[in-house]
Amino acid sequence: MTTTLDMTSTPLRDVNVTLQAAARAQANETYVIANPRGAHAMACGLDGPLSVTIKGPTGYYCAGMNKEASVTVEGSAGPGVAENMMSGVVTIEGDASQYAGATGHGGLLNIKGNASSRCGISMKGIDIVVHGNIGHMSAFMAQKGNLVVLGDAGDALGDSLYEARLFVRGSVKSLGADCIEKEMRPEHLETLKTLLEQAGADAKPEEFKRYGSARKLYNFNIDHADEY
Amino acid sequence: MCGIVGLFLKKDDLRPKLGDMLTDMLITMTDRGPDSAGIAIYGDGAEGAVKITVQSDAPQSAFAGLDAELGAALGVTPEVKVVDTHAVLTLPEAKAAEAIAWLEARGLRIMGSGASMEIYKEVGLPKDVAARFGLREMGGSHGIGHTRMATESAVTTLGAHPFSTADDQCLVHNGSLSNHNQMRRKLAKKGVMTRSENDTEVGAAYISSRIAEGASLGEALEGTIEDLDGFFTFVTGTKNGFGVVRDPIACKPAVMAETDDYVAFASEYRAFADLPGIEAARVWEPEPATVYFWER
Repeated sequence: MTTTLDMTSTPLRDVNVTLQAAARAQANETYVIANPRGAHAMACGLDGPLSVTIKGPTGYYCAGMNKEASVTVEGSAGPGVAENMMSGVVTIEGDASQYAGATGHGGLLNIKGNASSRCGISMKGIDIVVHGNIGHMSAFMAQKGNLVVLGDAGDALGDSLYEARLFVRGSVKSLGADCIEKEMRPEHLETLKTLLEQAGADAKPEEFKRYGSARKLYNFNIDHADEY
Repeated sequence: MCGIVGLFLKKDDLRPKLGDMLTDMLITMTDRGPDSAGIAIYGDGAEGAVKITVQSDAPQSAFAGLDAELGAALGVTPEVKVVDTHAVLTLPEAKAAEAIAWLEARGLRIMGSGASMEIYKEVGLPKDVAARFGLREMGGSHGIGHTRMATESAVTTLGAHPFSTADDQCLVHNGSLSNHNQMRRKLAKKGVMTRSENDTEVGAAYISSRIAEGASLGEALEGTIEDLDGFFTFVTGTKNGFGVVRDPIACKPAVMAETDDYVAFASEYRAFADLPGIEAARVWEPEPATVYFWER
């Protein structure tokens, strides 16, 4: 059963209360949100299986803290989409603004367009696939998970990186402190193949380069003072 | 936090609706800036004439008989249009400097001047400010607006945006500049004076002084990336169009939309929701440290 909520007549808070209750009911229902008009914090805090399609662009913090639910935005997303996501799938048909997937612990964030600055900042286990380009300072202090970029990456990719894995098919404008290109081993190609399939991305794992932490900033070292 | 909106029309048939469209955009940005609001609107101007927008906290007494008194001083009587706390004086271009000096000496605040630009700004909620000035009824080719949440200077009319520091030029800003006092002193040494303690006015004066020195609008905006320190998303209006630039960190939001009919700028997509044809518009986020401008 599909339920449609129209935001020209249903206030944002009522929409979110309805979606959150449906998620908690564990019934895996399908919801369509019409006329989102760039509203903030849409479909956030969903804590259970639910399918939500938002028919247009969203504002700040869409699908934040998502757990198990599947949220699709048929448009562009504002800053902080899928922030602190735990599991589930968030798909953005258009572009995503800054800090997409920030601090995400798990699940898949699939961005069909471009993501701007600070994509995946401090990610902690989320997988992010960006079909276009990403902006500067992406994956800053990223701890765990995979960031896959089919296009180009901006300045200072992976600055102060921990153990997240970064895969970029296009060019990287510059690498951040302690981020280096690393060997692509068979297990990485396997991970990449799975993620590209999940995201419906038209690319081959062999076309990508892998970047990761040089692990020189983990502990203070006087010889690296100029890198701090 | 502040809200910025801008609208540049490509076709003349939307001109009568410019104020209406900008007002909706401005009111939607109230959440980002409820302290004060302002708009610069570029409308029709007469050949050889200049429009000077002035403001007074006591408009009834300040504007009564203003046309006759200024007329006696200048030798030519200006046309005076009173709009709430503001008045727009239209007079021959050659008399502009003399008129501005006379108006300032009389204690009126100069909001801006130019062949086509009029500026309206006041303290209060954007919807109230828009209603006081009848912004919805205003037509024009392009305009920029601002809703303010004050950080760097007090909540006053003079602290509201847009800031104009040269004929037909104005600036709105989301962010805060950290080297504005130093830049204000540098500009003052060159004879470029500002009227307020506000950081954004320094940004506006910087751009105006670069243009006065021969730079193009694009070059002046490029210069802000090198010479101004702090956070900024700037939208600047000129007689022929508007420009957009963000600092290299780009933490202040920005989104743009373009159709065959217009180019629109806003801090958030929400401000675009009522624009005609927005569903089919090209919508994108302007890149950091990159200058964009549209001119007719």
